[in-house]
Amino acid sequence: MTSLRTFLQAFVLLVGMAAAAVAGPYEDALPRFAADSYADTEAAIGAVAGSGHGQSLSLVEALRDERLMIAAGQVYIRDAAGKFVDAATGQAVEPPAGAKPVRVNNRVRRAIEAALGSMTLLSTDAGTRLDAARAVFRSRDAAALPALEKAIAQESDADLRNALESARAAIVLSKPDASSSQKLAAIEILHARGDQDALALLSSLPPGTSADVSEAAAKAAEGIRSRLALWSAVQNVWYGVSLGSVLLLAAIGLSITFGTMGVINMAHGEMVMIGAYATFLVQEVIRTHAPGLFGASLFIALPLAFLVAGLIGILIERTVIRFLYGRPLETLLATWGISLILQQGVRTIFGPTNREVGTPAWMSGALELGGLSLTYNRIAIVVFAFAVFATLLLVLRYTSLGLYVRAVTQNRRMAGSMGIRTNRIDALAFGLGSGVAGIAGVALSQIDNVSPNLGQGYIIDSFMVVVFGGVGNLWGTLVGAMTLGVANKLLEPYAGAVLGKIVLLVAIILFIQRRPRGLFALKGRAVEA
Amino acid sequence: MTMQSVLDRQSIIVLLLLGAAAILVPVLNVAVDPASPFHLSDHLVPLLGKYISFALLALSVDLIWGFCGILSLGHGAFFALGGYAMGMYLMRQVGPRGVYADPILPDFMVFLNWKELPWFWHGFDWLPFAAVMVLLVPGILAFVFGWFAFRSRVTGVYLSIITQAMTFALMLAFFRNDMGFGGNNGLTDFKEILGFPIQAASTRIVLFVLSVAALVGGYLLCRWVVSSKFGKVLVAVRDAESRTRFLGYRVEHYKLAVFTLSAMLAGVAGALYVPQVGIINPSEFAPANSIEVVIWVAVGGRGTLAGPILGALLVNAGKTWFTGVLPEFWLFALGGLFVFVTLLMPRGILGAAKDLWAHAGQRLKSRPISEPVSQAAE
Amino acid sequence: MSMLNMTRRHLMALASAALVSGAVMGTAQAQETIKVGVLHSLSGTMAISETTLKDVMLMLIEEQNTKGGLLGKKLEAVVVDPASNWPLFAEKARELISQSKVSAVFGCWTSVSRKSVLPVFKELNSVLFYPVQYEGEESERNVFYTGAAPNQQAIPAVDYLAKEEKVERWVLAGTDYVYPRTTNKILEAYLKSKGVKSEDIMINYTPFGHADWQTIVADIKKFGSAGKKTAVVSTINGDANVPFYKELANQGVKATDIPVVAFSVGEEELAGIDTKPLVGHLAAWNYFQSVDTPDNKAFIEKWKTFTKNDKRVTNDPMEAHVIGFNMWVKAVEKAGSTDPDKVIDAIVGVEVPNLTGGVSKMLPNHHITKPVLIGEIKEDGQFDTVSQTDALVPGDAWSKYLDGSKDLIADWKDLKCGNYNTATKKCGA
Repeated sequence: MTSLRTFLQAFVLLVGMAAAAVAGPYEDALPRFAADSYADTEAAIGAVAGSGHGQSLSLVEALRDERLMIAAGQVYIRDAAGKFVDAATGQAVEPPAGAKPVRVNNRVRRAIEAALGSMTLLSTDAGTRLDAARAVFRSRDAAALPALEKAIAQESDADLRNALESARAAIVLSKPDASSSQKLAAIEILHARGDQDALALLSSLPPGTSADVSEAAAKAAEGIRSRLALWSAVQNVWYGVSLGSVLLLAAIGLSITFGTMGVINMAHGEMVMIGAYATFLVQEVIRTHAPGLFGASLFIALPLAFLVAGLIGILIERTVIRFLYGRPLETLLATWGISLILQQGVRTIFGPTNREVGTPAWMSGALELGGLSLTYNRIAIVVFAFAVFATLLLVLRYTSLGLYVRAVTQNRRMAGSMGIRTNRIDALAFGLGSGVAGIAGVALSQIDNVSPNLGQGYIIDSFMVVVFGGVGNLWGTLVGAMTLGVANKLLEPYAGAVLGKIVLLVAIILFIQRRPRGLFALKGRAVEA
Repeated sequence: MTMQSVLDRQSIIVLLLLGAAAILVPVLNVAVDPASPFHLSDHLVPLLGKYISFALLALSVDLIWGFCGILSLGHGAFFALGGYAMGMYLMRQVGPRGVYADPILPDFMVFLNWKELPWFWHGFDWLPFAAVMVLLVPGILAFVFGWFAFRSRVTGVYLSIITQAMTFALMLAFFRNDMGFGGNNGLTDFKEILGFPIQAASTRIVLFVLSVAALVGGYLLCRWVVSSKFGKVLVAVRDAESRTRFLGYRVEHYKLAVFTLSAMLAGVAGALYVPQVGIINPSEFAPANSIEVVIWVAVGGRGTLAGPILGALLVNAGKTWFTGVLPEFWLFALGGLFVFVTLLMPRGILGAAKDLWAHAGQRLKSRPISEPVSQAAE
Repeated sequence: MSMLNMTRRHLMALASAALVSGAVMGTAQAQETIKVGVLHSLSGTMAISETTLKDVMLMLIEEQNTKGGLLGKKLEAVVVDPASNWPLFAEKARELISQSKVSAVFGCWTSVSRKSVLPVFKELNSVLFYPVQYEGEESERNVFYTGAAPNQQAIPAVDYLAKEEKVERWVLAGTDYVYPRTTNKILEAYLKSKGVKSEDIMINYTPFGHADWQTIVADIKKFGSAGKKTAVVSTINGDANVPFYKELANQGVKATDIPVVAFSVGEEELAGIDTKPLVGHLAAWNYFQSVDTPDNKAFIEKWKTFTKNDKRVTNDPMEAHVIGFNMWVKAVEKAGSTDPDKVIDAIVGVEVPNLTGGVSKMLPNHHITKPVLIGEIKEDGQFDTVSQTDALVPGDAWSKYLDGSKDLIADWKDLKCGNYNTATKKCGA
């Protein structure tokens, strides 16, 4: 009964308010949201943003988050808690029946961004102001110019001021009635900015631009272009390094199982896959039980992936590989069988489709460094690859396990006579190699499919890296991975992705003719054995 | 060299079995009434033909791996090249019956707006030329590759990995539509061979018999090679390469010769495979395929020549059967088989059978002294 | 044929008839069934997409059986695994038709697998229902194409972008195989006919399973910053999509700047990606799970019950199998037989409701009519339909934008020809 009464009260209030409110541009725009047409919605956003109405910011934000609801031709704003507010009056109301969010598409989203930009230029929060400046830069909305001028006058932070000024320059340049001197100043600002976006603006002046402005713009564009060409070479090298670290991650476990133990481990890729699935499992548990930990999910997954892949590795070693030492080519056949079983096993348990592994917030986005754009997830992978490499190097060099592994690799019988339990070392070393492959899987889950086929994509590349670098040498694997990564990326712009890869494979074949045992060959009699 | 050294007891059994297959399959297919349980249904003939061409491929791998210690993980490339040479001939035979009805250009070229036949397609409308190419193309590739590799003494795993790189690079290349080999779809929808419709039952039977004949020929050739003096040197290279070199043999020449021969055999196998399965495409170059061939050899018994034939037939028949009966779980069975064979039958099925035979024979002959002997063998 | 032969045959037939009747007597319980072949990869690289289609077929067959089967007989699914191996597809097709004696086969995904089985279906005269969008340029008597032809997917999508997003510059990015090649050729010709200049079209091909997209995404960004509104039309295949979208998200290519419209990315593919950064990118299909119709709701419900997993999604090729299967059932009922020749004659003109509220019809060229839907990716991995054609679009077997095929049409009803040349008035010339 009470609810009915409140509803009635609200209704009366609402009618009263609607009558009282003087119909302004804001109120006029509202019904257009209910029209369920993207064009109407887009026009309404512009009107709302320009209205200066107190509700307009929260309305546009609600639209962005799909919280702007329509029911029976009326527009409501729903807040995060699910409470409804009448968009026209700002009064809290009971949730109306059959409310549906206003639909949004790219065109509307662009209008929202532009509107939010022009409305938040004077925000007290520096981050919001920066976003606003960027949004206005993209939208080039002349209506934002007065607010922009005001913001520039008030701004004390130099970076922010730059962003605001280039936004103003973008508007001025595309504004037909701006004076030549204004435009020349704008060109100067964009030239100083010097990035891809500035180039885009400079090379697409509106028709009817005066000759001196066009000339200045062309000159500035040329300057930016040559600067960018230089940066793009550096950028390519970075791509190469980042591809190289993916290869390094994929291959480094193999350089232990294959390189030092002599097992041609065709199931290596499947260890990587298991690591990726471990990440998926960790994230699933976190999603349902502790969403707050999502940012740390990869760190939780690392030890788990290492353990799971490592234990499976030890199991494989104990049940199959240990009977095959000294017969490397037969380990190839047995591990090939194991890889088929593992793939189909994962397919049976998790299904054949891709599994979703999310990217934590701290790994999204890119770091702009001069003309370079370094994405955080690639930076993370590069750093991680080198950390894994360094750790492994230290483990092999300074721990007793490392010492034993090296001893067994160099001379099994002698090591045995010295009291080293070679069986146990074999199992541990294989487990170590597999575990490292597992943690590679955690990293690769960030850039590739998490599917039963994940490992197959890396196995050939991994072998190429190890063989190219020289079997039995971690440094060789590092140099091999980086060389192949960088060479691949430097070739790609000229030869295309496919031909580049073919050229590289042929180069490896030829290289092996020159150095039949890879870049860093082991020397001595052990080699012949 | 005498006839006897080529035709040992095992060889005679192999030849008899293959001869029986060449006679029985057509007879059971054509002469026996379809209702009879002994009738061999039409769809099994090209299937058996496919197995036979795989057996020839396995044989070619055994010749170099079993007798010369060269483990090629790229033999699928030679097989596929032979197949492409044959496929190009069959494609030219389609003539104006393609969907775009171009008298010269295959459909995929019309589709890519090519105006004329690329130079490397010329001549393939004539079977003898194609047949020569079936031998020459894999042969030349193997010769060039081997000349580089063996001269610089690339051995063991290194050689295996670069053969893999070779087939992988070729796969990528053939995937490219710009190469002029039909890209991912490859060559398919063949109509006839030498004027005979390729899907007719009689053509199928002739192709099957030809495949068996090629396998017999290949087997005899391999037997002849391994029982010759040349073959003895190969085995020496396999067992102690440096020592053989120090004895004055030009090891790389021996390796190169046998590698090239083996690649040509693989090419023939590919050429027989294509008309029977009706398609050749770049996935035949996939490294996984080449690894599988090595597995057939290992399952059957490396270094026996008869073993690889047995292995190829068994594994492929198993695959056919399992993919039909256990579609969800056949990979477990196949993977398990490989692990089982490498662990428990290191010399393959044929080797294990021989051991068993010898063991039983020995036990019958002299029970008391068999114990120490078997221990020493372990 | 000699007299002797005749009699022997006769005797044999008699004997076998006796045997068969004996068998029937012995197992009076066992009913004769109509067998339906399911030819989808359950292992290998394509298992990721095809396994779902196998499950759909099992569900449809089970459902038909609870409705009382077909022609008074129960349906029986025969599932095989062609293992993403193209020659094996041909072998398994042969096995299904000659050994298992199936009445129809539902299967294949990739173009090459379809090309591989084509000769088999022609030779043994059986029927294949192919449920995936494909490059067109084909019409076979024994094949029914229930997925989209390029004119039912690509061209409407490009029209939408040009009209709604004012796109003037186009990146056509695809995997290097026949479907992207054809689609891009058609699109290039189409765009040029609409006045787009060559320098405003960038075409890029990558190999299967391409995993490192850094350079290409950077190139797209560069191409897109020439001052004109740019969009990417993606015919990138299966496995390569996840790394591609991940790289787009990482390099900050947002749908509001450079929208990507994909023809091979559906709900199933998105289930493996974090879609939050991809909101607004588009896909063009003939079906979306989010389409709000009673039929679709019921189908999704059944699917979730059948798979015992309420997170399972539905997608376009699944709908194509639903349509194809229902058409086959109707045609068999119409013909009163599962005999392929009779079914092939009966099925043209058969109409069944699709899941998006329309009625799809089998055309004489063995393609069907379908609505074209353009959807934007939402945060939950579903699509929000932003545009839909008013009427159903009939599928073209031959594109009018390609030189080789502009005069060709297919008509299996009157002309009995898959590549009839309207210029020369001849079949196959």
